[in-house]
Amino acid sequence: MTTPTSPAPHDAQEELAHKALRFLTAGSVDDGKSTLIGRLLFDSRAILADQLDALEKRAAGAPVDLSLLTDGLEAEREQGITIDVAYRYFATKRRKFIIADAPGHEQYTRNMVTAAAGSDAAVVLVDITKLDVASEPLALLPQTRRHSLLAQLLRVPSLVFAVNKLDAIPAPQAQAAFEAVQRALLAFAQQAGFTPRGVVPVSALRGDNVATPSATWDWYTGPTLLQLLESLPVSDERHDGSLLVPVQYVSRDTEGTGHQSRTLWGRIAHGGVQAGDTVQLFPSGQTAIVAEVRHAGSRVDRCEAGQSAGIVLDRQVDVSRGDWIATPGGTKPVQEFSATLAWLDTEPAIVGRKYWVRHGNRWVQARLTAIEHRLDIHTLAQGEASELAVNEIGNVRLQTQTALPVEPYATNRVGGAMIIVDPSTNRTSGALLVREAA
Amino acid sequence: MNAPMTMTQLLPELDHRHLDALEEEAIFILREVAGAFERPGLLFSSGKDSCVVLHLAEKAFKMRTSGPGERPRFDGRLPFPLVHVDTGHNFPEVMTFRDQRIAELGERLVVGHLEDSIRRGTVRLAHPLESRNNHQTVTLLETIEEHRFDCLIGGARRDEEKARAKERIFSHRDGFGQWLPKEQRPELWTLFNTRIKPGEHMRAFPISNWTELDVWLYIARERIPLPDIYYSHDRQVMRRRGLLVPLTDVTPPQAGETVETARVRFRTVGDMTCTCPVESDATTTTDIVAETLQVTVSERGATRMDDRTSDASMERRKKEGYF
Repeated sequence: MTTPTSPAPHDAQEELAHKALRFLTAGSVDDGKSTLIGRLLFDSRAILADQLDALEKRAAGAPVDLSLLTDGLEAEREQGITIDVAYRYFATKRRKFIIADAPGHEQYTRNMVTAAAGSDAAVVLVDITKLDVASEPLALLPQTRRHSLLAQLLRVPSLVFAVNKLDAIPAPQAQAAFEAVQRALLAFAQQAGFTPRGVVPVSALRGDNVATPSATWDWYTGPTLLQLLESLPVSDERHDGSLLVPVQYVSRDTEGTGHQSRTLWGRIAHGGVQAGDTVQLFPSGQTAIVAEVRHAGSRVDRCEAGQSAGIVLDRQVDVSRGDWIATPGGTKPVQEFSATLAWLDTEPAIVGRKYWVRHGNRWVQARLTAIEHRLDIHTLAQGEASELAVNEIGNVRLQTQTALPVEPYATNRVGGAMIIVDPSTNRTSGALLVREAA
Repeated sequence: MNAPMTMTQLLPELDHRHLDALEEEAIFILREVAGAFERPGLLFSSGKDSCVVLHLAEKAFKMRTSGPGERPRFDGRLPFPLVHVDTGHNFPEVMTFRDQRIAELGERLVVGHLEDSIRRGTVRLAHPLESRNNHQTVTLLETIEEHRFDCLIGGARRDEEKARAKERIFSHRDGFGQWLPKEQRPELWTLFNTRIKPGEHMRAFPISNWTELDVWLYIARERIPLPDIYYSHDRQVMRRRGLLVPLTDVTPPQAGETVETARVRFRTVGDMTCTCPVESDATTTTDIVAETLQVTVSERGATRMDDRTSDASMERRKKEGYF
C-alpha cells in the first residue's frame, strides 16, 4: 500500500484549471468565425442533442451548418446578422472557457471593445482565401490590422492568429501559403509592438487543428488552437505592491453588545490586506488600522487582489460606497487626466459637454475638455478631430468634478478604466482608458 | 456524435476550485446590487438556481455560524426581501420547502399572486387549465410596480438558452418592463452602468456565467438545501411527445393516454403546467453531478413544454418582461 508522501510538487497545469479563460473571437463576415466557434463547441461536446436537433430540422437533410449554433436571436436570424456580443461556454479536460463572440461587421468597434474589456485572450481570424499569397510583401486585410490593434489598445494579454480556410488551398501549396501569411502576420505584429502567442493553420469547416491535429498538414508541428488556448495565462492580478480597494458596499453589523461596527466591502485591485495593516481612505484622507478581514461570510487572515474583502477598521471613519482604501501615500487623486476614449454611442462625443463617468464604484460628473486627436484604427495614426462619432477612438482630456485616484490603464485596469454615460439617455457611451494624470 | 462524457474527460469540472472564481464573481454582483440600488429584491422560486443565489446572498451579507461540512447556517439579515411570483400552480412539495426556508432564515418574503392579476382582470386565461407560465410576466411587473423595486436579482444563466447568451449581467428594463436587445448597454469590465430613470428597473444575474454542472457541483460542495422533487422519487406520469408529463390536478391525462409510475427527478422547477421530470435514479447531489456529466439533452429541452413551441419562444417572452 502507499505510504504518505510529501505534497506533490507545484503543478503549473493544475494551477491553470481553476479560473476560466475568457477569450474573444474577432473576424469579419465570412471569415468563418461562427463555424470556428461552432466547431469548438461541437468538438468539446458542449452541444447538446436537442440543440443539434433544432439545427438538423433547419438543415432539412443538408449537412448541419455549425455556424448556426452561435446565432442567437430571432431578430438576427430574420436579418441574417449578429447584433451583439454573445457568451458561450465549454470545457476541456484542462480548463473551462468563456467565449465572448463579437460580430465583426458595422458596429465592430463597439462590439469588440465590449468583448475585449475583461478578456484574457483574443483569437483573430484570418481568412487565407481573401489574401494574395503569391504577392511579396503579402498585404493583410484591413480588418486583421484593426482587430489586432484594438486588442492591443485594450491590452488583452494574449493574441492568437487562426489562419482559417486553409483547406481551400490545394494540399501541395498549403504549407507555402500558410508560411507566407505567417511571415506577414509576424512582421505586422513586430511593427505594432506585440508578440502573438501563436499562428495556427486551421480549417474550422473540417476541424483541422481546432481541437484535433490535422491529418493533412503534417508539416505543422505546433499546438492545435485548443491546446494553445489551454496553455494561455489568465489575467494576472498583482498580489504584490501597495493596496488599492474601491469600496463597493458598506454593511453595518450590530454586535451582541449593541455596538455598531461597519464592514467596508470591495474587490482588491492590487496588493493584499490583513489585520494590523495601516490604511488611508480617499477622499477623506483619514488613516486607520485594519482590525479584521472577512471574506464570503467568514473571518480570514488575509485577502489578495481579485478577492472581495470585508475590511473592519479600528476606529470610526468617514467612508461610503465609491471611496477608496489604499496604502498611505499610495495614490494621488487628480481632477484632470488624459485618456484614450472608444466611443460607442450614436450621439457623437462633444467637447465641452458634461457626462457621467464611473471610476471604480464612484459616479462623478466629468467634462470632455479636449479631443487631442482621432486614431485611425487600421494604423493607430493620429488625425485631427473636433468630435468622435460612434465606433471612433481618440485621445482626449477630461476634467472631473471631484478628484479621483486614477492610475494609467497600462499598469492597473481597475484604477485606469472608466465608463462614460450620457446623462440624458443613461446609455453607456464610451470606454475610457487613462493614459496619464494631469 | 454526442458521446457521453466521463468523469475523467471533465477533470477541471470536478476540480472545485473554479467554483471559487464563480462564487467570487456572483458575490461581487450581489453586493453591487445592494450598493447601487435603493429598493432591490431577490427573485426566489425555490428552484435550484434561486436556491444557489440565495446561498450566495447569505455568504455576501451574513456571517457563517456553522462549521465546514455542516449544513450552512448564517447570522445576520439580507439587505433585500425575497420575491416569489406564485402562479397558484406550484408543486406542493415546493411550497412546503419555500415556507420552511423562509421561516428558518427569518427573511421577508414578498409574494405576487397570479390569482390577484386574474381577479383584477389584468390576466385573462383562454381556458381554466391554460398554462399560467407566460402570464407570470404580468404579475411580476405588477409586483415590481406595487413594491417599487428598482432592481430584481434573478438566477438565469447564459448557458440555458440562446436569448440568455446575449443578455447582460445588469439588464435594463424600460418603463413597460421590456428588454430591448438592440438597445442593450455595452458592459465593460465590471463597471456596471446601474443608472436608471424613474419607472424603469434593472435585472441582475449573478450566476450568468455558471453552467448547469457548476450549479450542481456548487450545491453538492456547499450542501445547499433543495426541494425533494429534485431527487429521484416515484411519480405518476403520462408519456407525451417524448416528455414525461406529471399527473396533477391541472395536468390530467389526455384522451388515450395511460398513467404510469416512473422513477423521476426534476431538473427545473416551475409552473406545474409546463414542467416535466426526467427518468432518473439519482438520489443524491453526487448522483446528479454524475448524471449531468452524461447528459445529452439541454436542461430546458428536456423539461420545459413552453420552450419547445419555437426556437425563439424564450426571446419573445423576455422582450415582454419575463424573468
